[in-house]
Amino acid sequence: MTVGLEHYLVLSGVLFSIGLYGVLAKRNAVVILMCIEIMLNAVNISLVAFSRYVVPVFLTGQIFALFVIVVAAAEAAVGIAIIMTIYRNRESVDVDKFDLMKW
Amino acid sequence: MLDIVFWVLALVAVGAALAVVLLRNVFRAALSLILLFLVIAGIYITLYADFLAVVQILIYVGAVSILIIVAIMLSRDVLQGNPSGRMRVPALVVSALLLGMMVLSAVNTEWHIEDMPPLAPTTAPIGARLFGDGGFILPVQISAVLLLAAVLGAIVLMREK
Repeated sequence: MTVGLEHYLVLSGVLFSIGLYGVLAKRNAVVILMCIEIMLNAVNISLVAFSRYVVPVFLTGQIFALFVIVVAAAEAAVGIAIIMTIYRNRESVDVDKFDLMKW
Repeated sequence: MLDIVFWVLALVAVGAALAVVLLRNVFRAALSLILLFLVIAGIYITLYADFLAVVQILIYVGAVSILIIVAIMLSRDVLQGNPSGRMRVPALVVSALLLGMMVLSAVNTEWHIEDMPPLAPTTAPIGARLFGDGGFILPVQISAVLLLAAVLGAIVLMREK
């Protein structure tokens, strides 16, 4: 059986679900950020697979994936800055202890 | 040939992603995240997206992973490990349900597959699509503003009071 669009979509879905599990279940904020990166990469795989198999000459999916990478880089920088600021104040990166916006 | 490459890359990718979630040591989890980024660059190559593969290596393997490792080094929670919270079982159920839904819909949909051969070097066509007529010049400029705002925001947040 030759590899087609469905294989890439299933791979992307598996990676996305692993990332979602990590985001929901983990307590270390840096690990949650890493799992968000896994989810963004999974979405990029499906975008590039659609670009390869559905519109091979227009490259729209690849350009979209490029913008996703740009936004992910900005998100990683700001997210890690926020985590390190909270760590400086609270001496912890455990999200169960991040309740300073709770009333 | 491409099929074997895809299966090897897919197995390594799923294994590396599971290692990120399951490994106790946060630093080792970050290292396997870097492996995952490299493998995804290889998957882009099997999809004839050569420019995107190089961008993936430059930005993810080069920059984002260094950022994450620096964050792990600055916070001393490496020794505390990578524990799961109270929401472990619900999270497992939710992600398994989502996976089942995504696999079912991906397999059962009749995709409209084009039989045209893919563009071989994609760098020049991507540049033409981004900056040419009717292209994406406005999103490119907006993303430049977004990156500037992100850099300024990170500096302001991290600055010593």
